[in-house]
Amino acid sequence: MKNLKLIQEKVRQATATASFQLPKDVAELLKRGYRLAKDKRARLALGWIIENAKIARKEKLALCQDTGLPVIFIEAGRDIRLSFDLIDTIKRTVENSYKGNYLRNSLVDPLSRVKPGYQGAVTHLEFNSKIKGLRVTLFPKGFGSENKTKLKMFNPTVRIRDIENFIIDSVLDAGPEACPPFILGIGIGGTSDYALLLAKKALLEDITKPNKDTSLARLERRLLKRINSLNIGPMGFGGNATALAVKIRKSPTHIAGLPIAVNISCWALRRATVEFKS
Amino acid sequence: MKKITAPLKKEDIKGLRAGDLVYLSGIIYTARDQAHKKLAVFIKRNRKIPFDIKNTIIYYCGPTPSPEGKVIGSCGPTTSSRMDEFTPALIRKGVVAMIGKGRRSRRVREFIKRYKSVYFLAPSGCGAYLALKVKKKRLVAFKNLGPEAILELEVENFPLIVGIDSRGNDVYQRIAYSV
Repeated sequence: MKNLKLIQEKVRQATATASFQLPKDVAELLKRGYRLAKDKRARLALGWIIENAKIARKEKLALCQDTGLPVIFIEAGRDIRLSFDLIDTIKRTVENSYKGNYLRNSLVDPLSRVKPGYQGAVTHLEFNSKIKGLRVTLFPKGFGSENKTKLKMFNPTVRIRDIENFIIDSVLDAGPEACPPFILGIGIGGTSDYALLLAKKALLEDITKPNKDTSLARLERRLLKRINSLNIGPMGFGGNATALAVKIRKSPTHIAGLPIAVNISCWALRRATVEFKS
Repeated sequence: MKKITAPLKKEDIKGLRAGDLVYLSGIIYTARDQAHKKLAVFIKRNRKIPFDIKNTIIYYCGPTPSPEGKVIGSCGPTTSSRMDEFTPALIRKGVVAMIGKGRRSRRVREFIKRYKSVYFLAPSGCGAYLALKVKKKRLVAFKNLGPEAILELEVENFPLIVGIDSRGNDVYQRIAYSV
């Protein structure tokens, strides 16, 4: 029972943190973008964004009214033993925290469009033998950017240039609707569903740090440079701050194919991780 | 700094140019996806719309619930293009301005030009900042839609950029949809 209470408490914390506070890495890159912005309107937009983050934190108001569809990544350590339904507990706690913190419940039945009456948060549970206890990451995903997700199953003989062009086209399609400056999560390989999951997971990484894989780090840099010359800019007002970062994850794939997934996050990349030992 | 007051007059709208920064005060109405779908049915069946839509400004917004002691929760704009298919009918009914985020379809742009209306962009993703600009809130229609209900908001110095002006100039011309 002690574990149950602890998990509820920490997950409640994570929900509030994710909704009211911009993660450090995102705030840092936004501020840098503001310092470097030359275009008048782009500067105005970034100024609004930074001011908004301050007010959200101070007033405990959601950073964005789209408080997202809660995506929850759960990592269970090697020593984990539970006497209760972990996923149900976490989902319920997140749902209650949304209510308690005046966050918009944006979930509806996909067809009737009315309140579903069941918990719709998306959970991913994985075992991680490198950790002890539990690690829970709450990632509320807004749909302005989620709607711009792209997946393409390329031929295995495709040129890397064609893959890059596909990613650039995805950014052009996302445009001002998806709230630039963006953070791009890109999944390469696996199956179609796995590529999409990798793309989403890539968004969880520290966006101020380069990829540990040097060839992927090069690709990330090249893509970021191309994206930032598209002249979309903050809120679509032009300038070279169209994306803050590009994060790529890859996984082996089949000899017959090459799935590429692009999951875009608006500048309000909200995420919070809590850990606890059992 | 240009200030405008709702209800907007023809001359106010005529004087606005795509890219202008303006501060809006007065009454606006929230309506997003499901409210638009309902309004479209009302219009099609010639039923009375639950509020006087003539000369109104529609704001594509579904705010978070209002915390205790606050007028409204976070209340930034949602993506306008999802409303594109419903917009011409609303403009015909007398809506003079829309507030949202992102690009519009060519058809909407043509309607804005033909009816001398205007499309504004609100600071996207800045719902907390915009919440402080709302002075009053009142439920108008479709309560059962929850966050998608139509609300009457009284705003003060609500910051906006003119997205499409009454001549059909579009601030997003250079990144317009290819369709």
